[in-house]
Amino acid sequence: MAKITGKIVAITGNAAVAQGMRQINPDVVAAYPITPQTDIAEEFATFVADGLVDTEYIAVESEHSAMSACLGAAAAGARVMTATSSQGLALMWEILYIASGMRFPIVMTNVNRCLSAPINIHCDHSDSMGARDSGWIQIYSESAQEAYDNIIQAVRIGEDEKVRLPVMVNMDGFIVSHSIERVELLEDESVKNFVGEYKPSFSLLDVEHPVTFGPFDGLGGFYFEHKLAQIEAMERSREVILRIGREFGALSGREYGFFEKYRLDDAEVAVIVLNSAAGTSKHTVDMMRREGHPVGVLKLRIFRPFPTRELCEALRHLRAVAVLDRATSPGTTGPLFGEVKAALYDLGKRPLVVNFIYGLGGREFKPEHIRCAFEALLEISKKGKVEKPLDYLGLKEVEVIS
Amino acid sequence: MKEWRAEKLMPGALIPLGGTARWYKTGSWRSEHPVWNEETCKQCLICWIYCPDGAIKVKEGKVIGIDYDYCKGCGICEVECPPEAIKMAEGGEPDG
Amino acid sequence: MERLVEIRWHGRGGQGAVTAAKFLAEAALAEGKYVQAFPEYGPERMGAPIQAFTRLSSDPIRTYCSIENPKVVVVLDPTLLNVIDVAQGLVEDGVLIVNTPEPPSKVKERLGLEKAKVYTVDALTIAHEELGRPIPNSPMIGALIKATEVLDLRSATEHFQEVFADKFSPKVIEGNVKAIRRAFEEVKSG
Repeated sequence: MAKITGKIVAITGNAAVAQGMRQINPDVVAAYPITPQTDIAEEFATFVADGLVDTEYIAVESEHSAMSACLGAAAAGARVMTATSSQGLALMWEILYIASGMRFPIVMTNVNRCLSAPINIHCDHSDSMGARDSGWIQIYSESAQEAYDNIIQAVRIGEDEKVRLPVMVNMDGFIVSHSIERVELLEDESVKNFVGEYKPSFSLLDVEHPVTFGPFDGLGGFYFEHKLAQIEAMERSREVILRIGREFGALSGREYGFFEKYRLDDAEVAVIVLNSAAGTSKHTVDMMRREGHPVGVLKLRIFRPFPTRELCEALRHLRAVAVLDRATSPGTTGPLFGEVKAALYDLGKRPLVVNFIYGLGGREFKPEHIRCAFEALLEISKKGKVEKPLDYLGLKEVEVIS
Repeated sequence: MKEWRAEKLMPGALIPLGGTARWYKTGSWRSEHPVWNEETCKQCLICWIYCPDGAIKVKEGKVIGIDYDYCKGCGICEVECPPEAIKMAEGGEPDG
Repeated sequence: MERLVEIRWHGRGGQGAVTAAKFLAEAALAEGKYVQAFPEYGPERMGAPIQAFTRLSSDPIRTYCSIENPKVVVVLDPTLLNVIDVAQGLVEDGVLIVNTPEPPSKVKERLGLEKAKVYTVDALTIAHEELGRPIPNSPMIGALIKATEVLDLRSATEHFQEVFADKFSPKVIEGNVKAIRRAFEEVKSG
């Protein structure tokens, strides 16, 4: 199939997502502005005002209302999209579970930002990591290009009849959302054809076939079985994510899987990262490879469903792995670390694993930090044991009063 | 209407029928029941507005009685009725 | 042009440093380069010192962190020289371009720079005369093009006319293009 390219533009991550939403042309968007997501809500509202989309834009009074309005619209049979960040996602919390429980394929961009307190508007992954158990598919994006590509794929993944689950597409607040980058946009027509027309299985507006959404399902009912159905849908999404990733590759020349391996197959040690840190990590790998160090990167794209089997295959040959978490779970390790370590447990011969927390509250993450992680890994690889399972990258030296 | 039973669970706990709440008769929850006095009723319909369960039966714009299939016995109608034409009585069953 | 050029912009809120950083990226993209442009984020305050960054490269850009050792530093406001160290991290043979009526030698001496190439241009006078407003960003783009050759002057001015056609009146666009050209001619090196 011929590669169809559209326009190459220099736009921010937020603008790229807004363009993707314009091309998808959803029936309903209900969103509430929050830094650093604001430009998405704002730009998309401009498209609505200018008549460039057919979307009904619902200006709501909070994110709780935004997700609630999304539910209602989805029950009516609409293709629904929204976007949020941080406290906004936190305020949506209870409705996130309802969206997945009712199996509505809502597509939401989450522009990753930390959670207060202290109040801070910058990037970390505490928001989406906190929502990891809400039953949403979670996709992470390294760049503006990936955020754009991912929301287009998210529509197809979520709406697939084997899946019918909401999808959250993440990108790093400010670092990607507000950086101007080179982005290849597809033609409007090819996005329209790629996402196709949404055919909901049920719709409240279909008066010929009345249905009841959201009934009570108590002790004597089937709550447990419905949860199992949701778990199975998430399992089936694995195959769908890969299929849509291949289809998108045929369309755009950019194919997507569960993760991207960068100089990993011949590496001895590697870091695992999400989002924009992957770019800086790859850059550092190139520098260190030139110095002769056997280092590599695994950039995880799909966090839910977690690609346990494939991840084990990709990592099993390594001597040591560092999982880089841009979030914490006080009282235990970083969330990504816990999952990677659990995944590796079943391997007979497995790499040693360490956890580094970095970049909380937008703290800058530089090549020197990744170098520091790699140096620790090379030392672990040499000694054959982990002495410090959890460490932090980029902390300032300051006295902290407990 | 035949009661619907889940033989095959629909995605998202959807029920492929409408108006299913009518099968759920909440009258059994009652421990007191309202008694409506047609003589003193002014037909203001305030009870009908306030009843949370739609259990005030109205025909051609006039109150004709209580729907004991759904009345939960909350007593709001008694509190709100200006001419005190609704009184709560002991026991769930209207017959005593 | 070198494969990767990293530029840091210093200005005060309202002087258009962020717009200049973004414009440069857009114009370079139109010439087929890979680009990245981003402000230093924080509360936006008119008059406060701010920074913005532009990366231009012939290869895809992967790093997502601020620029610590820029090849080029552009200073939109001469009063910033007293407030912050604008030459911080500038590579040894880097380029510093300052909006000031002073000659480059004086700036060089004041900042104690040895190997760096210093350029100055009176962008404020140019902005006043061509735009009637004290917004120095477009003349500084002209000076940058002359000093670094990261862009072609003609394609940059054409790109300016194209991207701002919807935003500004033809008169404002013409004034900006003249300001870019004048600064390109008038910038002094030392």
